[in-house]
Amino acid sequence: MSVLVHQVMFEQRIFWRSREAAVFIFIFPILLYVLLASVYSDEIDGVPSADLLLAGLFGYGAANTAFAGLAITLVGRREVGILKRLRGTPLPPATYLAAVLLSTLVVFALETVALLLLGALAFGASMPENVLGFAGAVVLGVACFAGMGVGAASLIRSAEGVSAVVNVVVLPMAFLSGSFGGRGEYPAVLQAIADVLPLTYFLEIVDGVYLEGSSLFAEPRALAIVAAWGVAGLAIALRWFGWLPRER
Amino acid sequence: MSNAIVVRDLRKSYGGVHALSGVSFEVATGEVFGLLGPNGAGKTTTVEILEGYRRRDSGDISVLGHDPGDSPRALREQTGVVLQQSENTPLLTVREVHRQFAGYFAQPRDIDEVIELVGLTHKRDARVRTLSGGQKRRLDLGTALVGDPELVFLDEPTTGFDPAARRSAWDMIRSLRSLGKTIFLTTHYLDEAQQLADRVAVLRAGEIVALGTPAELIGVTRRTEIRHRLDGELVVLETDEPTRVLHELTTRALAEGRELEQLEVRRPSLEDVYLELVEEPGER
Ligand SMILES: Nc1ncnc2c1ncn2[C@@H]1O[C@H](COP(=O)(O)OP(=O)(O)OP(=O)(O)O)[C@@H](O)[C@H]1O
Ligand SMILES: [Mg+2]
Repeated sequence: MSVLVHQVMFEQRIFWRSREAAVFIFIFPILLYVLLASVYSDEIDGVPSADLLLAGLFGYGAANTAFAGLAITLVGRREVGILKRLRGTPLPPATYLAAVLLSTLVVFALETVALLLLGALAFGASMPENVLGFAGAVVLGVACFAGMGVGAASLIRSAEGVSAVVNVVVLPMAFLSGSFGGRGEYPAVLQAIADVLPLTYFLEIVDGVYLEGSSLFAEPRALAIVAAWGVAGLAIALRWFGWLPRER
Repeated sequence: MSNAIVVRDLRKSYGGVHALSGVSFEVATGEVFGLLGPNGAGKTTTVEILEGYRRRDSGDISVLGHDPGDSPRALREQTGVVLQQSENTPLLTVREVHRQFAGYFAQPRDIDEVIELVGLTHKRDARVRTLSGGQKRRLDLGTALVGDPELVFLDEPTTGFDPAARRSAWDMIRSLRSLGKTIFLTTHYLDEAQQLADRVAVLRAGEIVALGTPAELIGVTRRTEIRHRLDGELVVLETDEPTRVLHELTTRALAEGRELEQLEVRRPSLEDVYLELVEEPGER
């Protein structure tokens, strides 16, 4: 068994055994979907609300799982010395990070399946028009937000603060990008912020593959912006990511 | 026999603080080498440079023929590490953590054997977060041994152990030694160094102030003390010739027909030597 598979298995075991992670990362977006889909029963912006919310919560789920989840996990492990200890074994650092990433992808893929099934059974939501494109969006979302998550983990120093910091980023971002029921008429400042957020463009792509059956690559500009955010996070990580505790 | 570790004129400073100012020593293959020193002497700095965690400012180092600064994987394959401070995943069990680490090595040891060796068999299915401090430390020891390393770095491995656990850790280190493994350990406990180490280096403020076998350190540095009380006053005689001095003392006492109250002949312990060595100059 390769070391990569070995590590992914352990990451999975740790994730599902951690009730906080499983609830916060896996259950929370599903719960929000159920709540919101029960409140908005009509159409939003001319789209069935169950569909629009599903796309929105899928986007929020990607950011929550890969960005918030990874940052919290990595900072927590770094500050107690788990990363430092692993660095002293033959496990190659790149293999470790790949395993953490793959494990995140597995979690988000399962979450996506859960969202789709729940949406279809309980709220009559549609299945993706472009299934392959939608699967691609799962990978794209995890890649972009994981890049940002590792970047954030490189900048955040404190294990106590990390969860607050990432949520202060993720929740307003999800709100402004329209994850929770479409984009309203925002004041110009908020509009301007929404116009640079990766989730805004990720949702554009998701709406395309999920509702309109367009290709994953139909919106090159949106794709480029999403990729740019991921690459920016990665660049920060390459420069500042560390394996040793920062606070002690 | 070849050297497992060679350190030549190692220097390291943090900002303006000189943590190591020109440290040199060798550790022979199969040797247990103890690094002693008070808090802040530079022990962890030394070990972590040898482990590849910290960069040195200057000096030549070879660990099993590698420069740890290049962090070669081949070196990590052959070394086991117990850090002064680290944790394991709280949600995994003792057995799972061992299995996790075993998976990183090409030729790991049997994990149940390692768990037995560190005395955690009765806790093998307990989650890490339910372990006591000393049991967590044994787990650290277990993960350091699971890769069947040639060289083991132990930074204060028995801190937090109860006396029985310390004894069994000593036995374990001796058994590693008998397998021909090289062991580099730091400790504050002099009895530990005296019991385990073939050679000891005493570090003070980033410099080695003594290096040798425990017997050499005790033998060279100080003389025998002969103490007794005369009219309630403590009299201490330090001498290189205890036989003659003691003979004279007792002869005189016998001639005068008096008892030497609380007569005591003592060799300095490693502790006496150590305290003398690490005392700041001028403190005496
Ligand atoms: N990361 C660091 N940044 C700044 N100074 C440091 C750092 N690590 C150690 N030092 C300083 O270097 C000196 C040596 O520290 P080191 O941790 O090597 O000592 P030690 O002998 O292991 O002490 P202890 O017995 O307390 O573990 C100390 O003065 C310490 O304050
Ligand atoms: Mg130390």
